[in-house]
Amino acid sequence: MTSTSAATAERLVTLDAPPARPRRRWPFSPWHLVLAPIALIMLIPLIWMLILSLETSSEAQSFPLVVLPSGLHFHNYVATWNSEPFGNFFLNSALYSLATVAGNLVFCSLAAYAFARLKFFGRDVLFILLLATLMVPYQVLLIPMFLIVKHLGMVDSVGGLILPNLCSAFGIFMLRQFFRTLPIELEEAARIDGTSRLGILFKIVLPLSLPALATLAIIQFMWSWNDFLWPLIIIDTASHAPLQLGLSTLQNAHRSHVNLVMAGTVMSQIPMLALFLIAQRWFIRSIAFTGIK
Amino acid sequence: MTAPAQPTTTARHRPPAWKRLSGSEHFAGWAFVAPAVVLIAVFMLIPIVWSLLLSLQANDLLAPGHYIGLANYKALAKDSQFRSAIGHTIVYTVLFVPVSIVGALALAVALDRKIRGIRFYRLAVFIPLVTSTVATGILFLWLLDPTFGLVNYILHELGLPQQQFLQDPNQALYCIVAMTVWGWLGFDVIIYLAALQGIPEDLLEASQMDGASRWSTFRSVVLPLLGPATLFLVVWSTINALQLFDEIYVTTRGGPLGSTTVIVYYLYQQAFQFFNAGYGAAIAYVLFIAVLIVTLIQLWIGRRRVYYTS
Repeated sequence: MTSTSAATAERLVTLDAPPARPRRRWPFSPWHLVLAPIALIMLIPLIWMLILSLETSSEAQSFPLVVLPSGLHFHNYVATWNSEPFGNFFLNSALYSLATVAGNLVFCSLAAYAFARLKFFGRDVLFILLLATLMVPYQVLLIPMFLIVKHLGMVDSVGGLILPNLCSAFGIFMLRQFFRTLPIELEEAARIDGTSRLGILFKIVLPLSLPALATLAIIQFMWSWNDFLWPLIIIDTASHAPLQLGLSTLQNAHRSHVNLVMAGTVMSQIPMLALFLIAQRWFIRSIAFTGIK
Repeated sequence: MTAPAQPTTTARHRPPAWKRLSGSEHFAGWAFVAPAVVLIAVFMLIPIVWSLLLSLQANDLLAPGHYIGLANYKALAKDSQFRSAIGHTIVYTVLFVPVSIVGALALAVALDRKIRGIRFYRLAVFIPLVTSTVATGILFLWLLDPTFGLVNYILHELGLPQQQFLQDPNQALYCIVAMTVWGWLGFDVIIYLAALQGIPEDLLEASQMDGASRWSTFRSVVLPLLGPATLFLVVWSTINALQLFDEIYVTTRGGPLGSTTVIVYYLYQQAFQFFNAGYGAAIAYVLFIAVLIVTLIQLWIGRRRVYYTS
């Protein structure tokens, strides 16, 4: 009994041991000293891109470097826009991204609903096959995918970009997992009322699944918009290229005009950046969602 | 309006066979999965098998190939360029995975607090994630340019020697690591932040009440609870690192002197520049097996060491 209280007393003493020095109050959280330099390092490449894109060609390529341009040379953007078919790049990227997002939402929802709720012949074998494809690296598919798209006569076309990416095993799997967490009672009640299965999917299941659908849409959009390897392989004509491929072409064509290359890079990043700033919360939730599942 | 006659299903009046079939769950199930199955069969299942067959052929992407058995694989085993591509990929992966994960963990802990401006700090860390791989490559190509690059300029101002960076065979691969860590860090931080915010507050308070220091609370309470997130990130980052391509293509094209030729870049060269599609397919299958083995080992170790709540 006494020993315990002695121990407690000792602990209290050691806790208080160095007579409590008045804690120094910082005018701001010391974490700023850690976080501000990190934020700066993360942002410098992007700030530098912006600066170079507004400099003249000789300012951008001089030593010592010109950190503050003599003026804001926005005509770099006009010159870049006119030197490559940038309008086409944007249009092709938009088509590629939106079509694959739409395709994934429709085809993955349909399949995921069947896998989650319907009992049909061969379902489990099919599902295991689907899961197995998730393990295969994209590069294994690349050469045959190219040959198939070639047989379909779709090489060097936006259609050839889109078609193989209209549906993903990842999307089906993710939506199926989500659908299974929904209460089945609502669906059963609707079924008794004579609603068709398609009606149940569109009127009951999908409206309850907006977070999962948003996640799939965002992940697919980010993937298609930033995709480079597949366009690199099947697109030959500049006017059929999506943005990232176009950007790489620009980089090769204008090695001596870094200001123009940077202007193009800024333009190509604006749509995704704007989308991210507007829907930041959704982006972050989607990425966290893929990691936790 | 009169209600349409409801079809009544009794034992005596069974609907015709086609109607029973189309109303059945088997039919509905297949109708729902049909578009997805066709797309995935044509663009995934068939390519997986085809790729295996291609790897047993001499094929130039134009004329029909002919069967050559395991010759591609035997040639790969003796190919010194392939061996060095494997070496570069391993060096890259072994650096990229721990650096990005440990860095992200530290950053996530720093970002997991309520101070003024925290949203700005988080934004700064997340933004590179939405920058495309091609743009990342272009940005770093100029940041690290030996003559006009910002980094050499800073080194010059600090009185430090100038570097060749991506043009130096001894430095290029490390520059690629730094560049891709910059680009991917935000992803890992998001995953860790989500996991940190999922830790119940009372658990941390209980640990502090017991007199544990902040560091030991972190080590014995927080870190084990981050196990599942860490395992996911290790597996995910390794798979991505083994498939590195975009940044290499944009910056070094495998050079200088082949010092950044990684497996997928070598595959691309063989299949789409030298038109050795069979050889490329064999490389793809070797990569596939490697990814599979590494992932399984990681999951196996993870199962023994990672503690899952609930």
